[in-house]
Amino acid sequence: MSIMQYNGGSVIAMVGKDCVAIASDLRLGVQSLSISSNFEKIFPVTDRLYIGLPGLASDVTTLREQFRYRVNMYTIKEEREIEPQAFAQLVSSTLYEKRFGPYFIEPVIAGMQKTPSGSYAPFIAATDLIGCLNFAKDFVVAGTASEKLFGVAEGLWEPDLEAEDLFETISQTLLNAVDRDAFSGWGAIVHVITKDKIVILSSSAFISPGLGLAS
Amino acid sequence: MEVSFAMTGKGYVLLAADTTAVHSIIKVKTDVDKIKELSPHLLMAYSGEPGAVVSRDTVQFAEYVERNIRLYQIRHTYPLRPPSAASWIRRSLAESLRSRNPYSVNLLLGGYDTSTYTPHLYWMDYLGTLVEVPFAAHGYGSYFALSLLDRYHDPEATVEEGLAVLRRCLDEVSKRLVVSPGKYKVKIVDKDGIREVEL
Repeated sequence: MSIMQYNGGSVIAMVGKDCVAIASDLRLGVQSLSISSNFEKIFPVTDRLYIGLPGLASDVTTLREQFRYRVNMYTIKEEREIEPQAFAQLVSSTLYEKRFGPYFIEPVIAGMQKTPSGSYAPFIAATDLIGCLNFAKDFVVAGTASEKLFGVAEGLWEPDLEAEDLFETISQTLLNAVDRDAFSGWGAIVHVITKDKIVILSSSAFISPGLGLAS
Repeated sequence: MEVSFAMTGKGYVLLAADTTAVHSIIKVKTDVDKIKELSPHLLMAYSGEPGAVVSRDTVQFAEYVERNIRLYQIRHTYPLRPPSAASWIRRSLAESLRSRNPYSVNLLLGGYDTSTYTPHLYWMDYLGTLVEVPFAAHGYGSYFALSLLDRYHDPEATVEEGLAVLRRCLDEVSKRLVVSPGKYKVKIVDKDGIREVEL
């Protein structure tokens, strides 16, 4: 079985009107056996920047710690918080450093980028496991349910969705896509990031039928 | 095959591991203690990968962890708390994974945090996967035990209730697993420290 499918899990990010959303499932498994319904794969980088790390669970933790270290060093040296564009490049180079022995992760990045005029613009990006960047304008997907996520997102997404509507759209995209994937599911979490606040909705809002557990 | 189980309860963590050492088709020893006491409030049950040849690896790593956790306590006069110990152990496994000769050992780490008065249980595998769980198991026995624990586990259970649930798991493994272990060692960690329990 592929190393990328060993633990399972999927992440999606979408662009809305002056907001972005990033969502993932919460499953951790060992091939067919599910171990945990609480394994978070999305981590905050700054107040307005989140990274999702689907793939091999051990590398999820290792990379999250690596990025935390590198971003802390950036913040100390630059005396300011890292912007999404720069962070995406940081992710890319961190992964390419391990070109011939890579981390088995395909990161998804979502945040609000500061513009020269002082306001914020939505930003999403994704990379493959060796750091090839993809700056999409609409949505990015990764993980074991990525093909399904592409399909549903293509159908449901439209430009300029307000925060509440973006939340509904990304939730339905995630839920219906992971329900068709054996290695993703078992709970979900959605983060919607606007220029002034972040709204997190936890798995208790998403008890999908068949989950069998209350959160 | 090596099997281990663990579950949390009201103010405690219960760990159980089989006590057999096997070479090919022979049970070389039947009273092995596979639960290391890393510090006064930290227990670690170790086992090999299901199906793989069990090697000295598991014991080597377990003792390496035990000594390093003790070293921290000697240096800082204060034991490492469960979440921090879990993180350190996980990092050791993750670094080993991409080395010339990776350790092949799976762990269940159970500890009582004396600063926050909470029990913690961690599931860890040889890849360096770490997740905090209410109950856990390793080995072929996990295929039976986890479903039983989904149904009967109660995070607020007393020690007696927890042991009753554990007994269910052990009975199911004896009944259904072809090479089921005969004896298990059971240890519990709570605010008063570590003690062994007779089942």
